[in-house]
Amino acid sequence: MIPVSYFFGLSLLLFALGIIAFFIKRDLITMFMAVEVMLNAANLAFISLAKASGSLSGQVIVFFIITVAAAEAAIGLAIILLVFRQKKTIKVEEFRLMKG
Amino acid sequence: MGTLLFFLLGLLCVGSVLGMILSRNQAHNALLLVLSFASLGGLFGLLDAPFIAAVQIIIYAGAIMVLFIFVIMMVNLKEGIRPERKVWTIRLSAGLAVFLLIELGLAVKGTLASIRGEAGPAIGSPTELGRLLFTDYLYPFEITSILIIAALVGAIVLVKKKKDER
Repeated sequence: MIPVSYFFGLSLLLFALGIIAFFIKRDLITMFMAVEVMLNAANLAFISLAKASGSLSGQVIVFFIITVAAAEAAIGLAIILLVFRQKKTIKVEEFRLMKG
Repeated sequence: MGTLLFFLLGLLCVGSVLGMILSRNQAHNALLLVLSFASLGGLFGLLDAPFIAAVQIIIYAGAIMVLFIFVIMMVNLKEGIRPERKVWTIRLSAGLAVFLLIELGLAVKGTLASIRGEAGPAIGSPTELGRLLFTDYLYPFEITSILIIAALVGAIVLVKKKKDER
């Protein structure tokens, strides 16, 4: 039997990689993908907790997280498309609307 | 057998996310992300959650990534974005990641210490999950449906072109 701590370790590693990808990447779409990676790391942690505690609530919460992530992806990608139409680019360096 | 599978899937998952960090092509990034989500689905299966594994593969690796690929197709960059990385950005992000890793590791350690010993078999079959979803979690479920409708309408309204713009 695989110890649950292995899964937790993998989930932590994925979350850290997601953070690094979010800050290193320069285009909006890949940054958004990094957010999805972080969400999935949280999902993995929830499911391993459900396994460790012997309760199904963790799995139900993952179900909700996946649903909300789908809604978030739809809205986020719509916003990225809007930004692309206005600025003709998705590089984050070009977006300086809030910088005076 | 199970441990071998865990290491195989975990390596696949982490490796494809690393590839996503290193690659510059967005379409490749999306495909690597599909690989990563699919191997995560396998890991969910290892954790006695077959239904969530199926949902992960159908919704994440299927629907959400198709949405991403559509947007990549519409945005249509000729070549990948040159990484004009400043060194301090990488250092800052690595530092933040390590800091959060340590902090979360401490939190997980505490959680694992408190939870040990009361593990029981809980296989997430669709029947059990559905029963839980429509009894204990009925209100969150209904609220989620409202959220989905709002997101759907919002996405359409946001992206729709106005008549005089054409």
